[in-house]
Amino acid sequence: MSRASLYIPLGVFMLILGLGYVGFDLGARNELPSALIDKPFPEFQARLLNEPERTLSRENLLGRPTLVNVWATWCPTCLSEHEQLMQIAASTDVVIVGVNYKDRPDKAKQWLAQYGNPYDWVLDDRDGLLGIEMGVYGAPETFLLNAQGDVVYKRVGDINPRIWRDELAPRFRQLGIAMTVDNTDTGAD
Amino acid sequence: MLLLICLLPTGAAVAASQIDTFAFADEMQERRYRALIEEFRCPKCLNTNLAGSDAPIAQDLRKVVYRLVVTEGKRDQEVRDYLQARYGDFVLYDPPFNAQTWYIWLVPIGLGLLAVIVLLRLLRGARGEATALDAQQQARLQEIVGETRSSEASLSQSADRT
Repeated sequence: MSRASLYIPLGVFMLILGLGYVGFDLGARNELPSALIDKPFPEFQARLLNEPERTLSRENLLGRPTLVNVWATWCPTCLSEHEQLMQIAASTDVVIVGVNYKDRPDKAKQWLAQYGNPYDWVLDDRDGLLGIEMGVYGAPETFLLNAQGDVVYKRVGDINPRIWRDELAPRFRQLGIAMTVDNTDTGAD
Repeated sequence: MLLLICLLPTGAAVAASQIDTFAFADEMQERRYRALIEEFRCPKCLNTNLAGSDAPIAQDLRKVVYRLVVTEGKRDQEVRDYLQARYGDFVLYDPPFNAQTWYIWLVPIGLGLLAVIVLLRLLRGARGEATALDAQQQARLQEIVGETRSSEASLSQSADRT
């Protein structure tokens, strides 16, 4: 047995340590990778919050890139990302669909009146069934769909200036969504 | 923090999961439902199953499992496929073997093989060393053994005399 092979156990030990370090340090461990990435957005039927007699389905989201934002009035992070959504609504021509998740319609309407409404449509998902179809497990969650209705990106957590600059804006550009100039620099930290 | 919040109610959660008032057609159906909610991981909490979690999403998913099993009469595998299609491999405690997970399955086997190789080499090495004394070492060995024997002999002689 050569002297060098005495170091094999140490090497294996270091390898295990390394695997452990990488495995336990992989950042957002509480973020599930979405099962929907690169897959079609699920079929659904949901009432509009403001016109309960009208329902929307997947077909209404086709043809243009769409941002689907899951929110609720009971979710403080939704309030903190609201400003960023308002900015996206004002400075791009993306369609923004809100999914009002496990919430009370009266509270939701009051919230939108108070803080402003960035959404083109708001879906009423008070029982959370649409959320389950989308694999939602909390709020806020945001999905970016291309014109064919496939999910190209999902964010679990708030849309903040950094996420907008690093994750969303480049994909908006890729999808050919019109944006006013300078917009990608807003709130750069 | 999230982990803490998830951990805190687990004691009560076992009881809480019994509070769901679901009606079952027969005992078999109820047993299947209970087995399934034991089997899936709650997407919100890091390591709690659907049965043991109080998180709102776990409550909702228990309702979904109930609906699939009781109302729609789905088979167990169909329920698994349904949840996996929406929440990914994460909700399965038994991860499938695929491009992303192969090393999880292979590392223990690899380590086991490595252990066997190391053990074999150690055993062979130990046997090899025992016979690998050169002539000079053999002579030295005999010398030592001889010395020990003669000193033992003289010791036992002196012990006899007392």
